[in-house]
Amino acid sequence: MNQKKSKTPMIVTLVLVAAIYVAVFIAEQTLPATSMLFTVLKKGAVYALVAVSMNLLNGFTGIFSLGQAGFMLVGAYVYGIFTIPVDQRASVYQYFDGGIVQFTVPVVVAMIMAGLAAAFFAFLIGLPVLRLKSDYLAIATLGFAEIIRAIFQWNGLGPVTNGSNMLRAFPNFNDFNIRDASGNTVVYLSTLIPFIIAGVCIALIMLLINSGYGRALKAVRDDEVAAEAMGINLAHHKRLAFCISSFFAGVGGAMLAMYQTTVQAKSFTSAMTYEILLIVVIGGIGSVTGSVFSSFLFVACSEWWLRFLDEKQLIGDFEVPLLRTGFRMVVFSVIIMIVVLFFRRGIMGDKELPDLLSRRNKTKGRAAK
Amino acid sequence: MWDTIFPYLLSGVSVGGQYALIAIGYTMVYGILRLINFAHGDVFMVAGIIMVYLAASGLPLWLCIPLVLLITVAVGFLIERAAYKPLRSAPRMSVMISAIGVSYTLQNLVLYITGGLNKQYPTIPGISDTISIGAAKTKVVTVITPFLVIALVVALVMLINKTKIGMAMRAVSKDFETSQLMGIKINNVISATFIIGSFLAGVGSILFFTNYPTVIQTSGAMPGLKAFVAAVFGGIGSIPGAVIGAFIIGIMENIIKGLDVILFKLGVISQPVGLATFSDAFTFALLIIILIVKPTGLFGEKVTDKV
Repeated sequence: MNQKKSKTPMIVTLVLVAAIYVAVFIAEQTLPATSMLFTVLKKGAVYALVAVSMNLLNGFTGIFSLGQAGFMLVGAYVYGIFTIPVDQRASVYQYFDGGIVQFTVPVVVAMIMAGLAAAFFAFLIGLPVLRLKSDYLAIATLGFAEIIRAIFQWNGLGPVTNGSNMLRAFPNFNDFNIRDASGNTVVYLSTLIPFIIAGVCIALIMLLINSGYGRALKAVRDDEVAAEAMGINLAHHKRLAFCISSFFAGVGGAMLAMYQTTVQAKSFTSAMTYEILLIVVIGGIGSVTGSVFSSFLFVACSEWWLRFLDEKQLIGDFEVPLLRTGFRMVVFSVIIMIVVLFFRRGIMGDKELPDLLSRRNKTKGRAAK
Repeated sequence: MWDTIFPYLLSGVSVGGQYALIAIGYTMVYGILRLINFAHGDVFMVAGIIMVYLAASGLPLWLCIPLVLLITVAVGFLIERAAYKPLRSAPRMSVMISAIGVSYTLQNLVLYITGGLNKQYPTIPGISDTISIGAAKTKVVTVITPFLVIALVVALVMLINKTKIGMAMRAVSKDFETSQLMGIKINNVISATFIIGSFLAGVGSILFFTNYPTVIQTSGAMPGLKAFVAAVFGGIGSIPGAVIGAFIIGIMENIIKGLDVILFKLGVISQPVGLATFSDAFTFALLIIILIVKPTGLFGEKVTDKV
């Protein structure tokens, strides 16, 4: 690990990432805004951030937490509550006299608040839960996510959370598009902005992972007792990782709210956590690049590439059997099971993109995608 | 006051019994494989769906019930062989992820088959009839459930304590590797565990869906999680513990569901405050409290971690 690494792969990676951003920007200006590509890119960016935040816990710290959906819910709600325009509140909170929050904050501030709120919840939950081990911890975090969901649906909190009714009318991704005076869109930014938000957050997580703290977290993952013997404060590091992961899950929740344009507590179920966990597993537990890749792959497969399985297909006069609504998800889950059973290291194992590049450069392999 | 609480108590005992049947599957699998079988709740749901389709195909009900149990057992057996056996030497987390994958697959499969629609569970004559006990009106199944559960549990405890396979199960749950060295066929024991668990989940599904007669791909998730909590509450690995835990959770959950009404009739509150929302959350709060206060549950054995 300590051998001196060449800087080239890192630079190539940065150039690649920059190229992707430019490509996204150009695609957005040229292709029709209704293209399926943008749905995938937007949702993929949201899932990438959430998956990386989960990977920080499950892959880098060895805390097997299943509370991600709960923290996303907190983030989504905090974002929604503080950004719904004041003149819309009467119609959104129609059963609660317009609600009690009667001001809005800028989008960026709301997103940071979303993260902080999720981190705060994580801090509280972490106090009892982080003392538990492996599968008990998993089930306890899952339980907390359910409790959070119940609290946000409670009518007693209706003036703040709108009870079990949905929040809507807050700024979403499309509001990032720059329009001229007559309302025509001049510059499309609705895909680039989520990319930038997710990119910045993931970069921050990368910096953390590569710092001294990150190495301490990996030590905790590999052997708690040994790590403690080396002077790492277990409780402190676990709590830190838990709060930071939840912070980004909260920001991810806010982004999901923007993507969906509405928020309702009942959609943040344990099934959502499972999906994110499967993304992390497919990408490789312990690889940030893997989580990002597999998020886009997962979203693209489930939303786009496998769509044809849901419709009747004719080859000549032959109607392919079995194809109807829902078949896509069956095929998809079978693929996931194959990955889980036979390719347990996922797409990337625990490698990052620069690692791959440096090996390929040595072997003069083909250029990375 | 008694008249107000009694109906909730009654349905609590009934639901608790149904949770108990699922919880036994969790606790036995955990006892042997140290695996939270996340797919168990979905096996329970699949049993419900199979019943719906068998009944719709025109088979007489007396034939449907044994067939449902048989197919459910087969499903449980196949899941273990396909998804857990290849991972026998893998880290525990991989097996748990595989269980989550199976749960996801089963739900999607059922979504495909049903088209995502609520399916009406067939009425089973005899246990679907309404009877009244004191002030409460309820279905016969509510009354039958606790007795059936106790009978099944007694039979199961006998099986575990008196038969050879039961002895093997106890040995495997004590020490996986040593029992393998002693010539116990681990795979057979594990299969037997899954077969028993799925059978009980099948029985549980017949009772549960007679009371709540719609089945959809997600209807196994909540009962599954609650049954797992019951198993942890009672001390994972302990069958009597799981049953007692399940009854406590079932009763508490139903009382909280009716707490608004009860408090209103007692004059404590003047208008409903919507406490029923917390009936699910309560179960998990209970889980977290028990994990902090007594992580081994009510009847669990103390385990020490070796470095």
